[in-house]
Amino acid sequence: MAKRSAPEVNAGSMADIAFLLLIFFLVTTTIEVDSGISSKLPPDEIIDPPIIKQKNIFTVELNKDNQMLVENELMDVKDLKAAALKFIDNGGGENAEKKKCDYCNGAKDPSSSDHPQKAIISITHSRATDYNTFIVTYDQLVSAYTELRERLAQRLYRRSFKEMELTYDDSKSPQFKSEKLKAKIDDIKDKYPRIISKAEPK
Amino acid sequence: MSKFKKEGSKELPAISTASLPDIVFMLLFFFMVATVMRDSSLKIKNNLPSAAETEKLGQKNLIMFIYAGKPSDQYKSMGEEPKIQLNDKFAELKEIAAFVAAERASKREAEIPQLIAALKVDKETNMGLISDIEQQLRKVGQLKINYTTKKGSGLK
Repeated sequence: MAKRSAPEVNAGSMADIAFLLLIFFLVTTTIEVDSGISSKLPPDEIIDPPIIKQKNIFTVELNKDNQMLVENELMDVKDLKAAALKFIDNGGGENAEKKKCDYCNGAKDPSSSDHPQKAIISITHSRATDYNTFIVTYDQLVSAYTELRERLAQRLYRRSFKEMELTYDDSKSPQFKSEKLKAKIDDIKDKYPRIISKAEPK
Repeated sequence: MSKFKKEGSKELPAISTASLPDIVFMLLFFFMVATVMRDSSLKIKNNLPSAAETEKLGQKNLIMFIYAGKPSDQYKSMGEEPKIQLNDKFAELKEIAAFVAAERASKREAEIPQLIAALKVDKETNMGLISDIEQQLRKVGQLKINYTTKKGSGLK
């Protein structure tokens, strides 16, 4: 008996089908942005405002023409990060527990902030300020804190702070959800707490 | 002459297109994986600002999106002023409270404190609207927020 070989299926149109699907997905795709700057709003309670020394507040003001006043002086956004770094890292005095800042690298200027835990950055904006301007400013301030944490992590543990946080969240790494690592991360975060206050527009 | 004829008769071997479907499928799978179907169509312009210090948002189902921006070209009749969009329609400021409550109701109780309100706001919106939204969110105790931005540097 002669064995009849099965006829080959013509796969020539396969490409066409795949193309059709491909074009469908190309057209419907919107690659969603799922990253952003996290922030926390203050709770809606009336509390007596604590008394804060003027030297511990770093005021950033945005006006309706998107110009920036830092400590009552006109400044370019490019210089904001350096100014914020200088202010936060100054360490001229003591924190609430009467301890000096032994990890600060600042100028220890008595007329600037006392301690990173006391230093407050306050952003005020007008109702007509552009969202973009605000985000750029906010981003610069957040990045000042990130840099300080990064520096401290390098000095204390010889690793990058970002890498430490990633390792902590990475289920493949040996230090996944490790208590020790968590303590280190929290310690750094506590030494440079991100205190950015957003005042309501006038 | 005969020499030429001989060469002309030699046929080029056909290029095999057998791997074409494979290539196309590869592309197809890429787009299928990268695609997120938008559940609400935007009625506003939504050109997000860029920032360098971005964090990835965690679980998708724990995020509620609040859009804001100028109405897009088809909705010119709504005016030029920036508007808020919740789900599929334009909304007023006071509707935010109800929106947050509805989002909370659809989640398990343990998940409620982890809910994040992501503000997807157009670059050219004024900050007044944003602080109004924030005031509304504060009133209902939705304190975790996120300014959704593109990755990149905002400095020119």
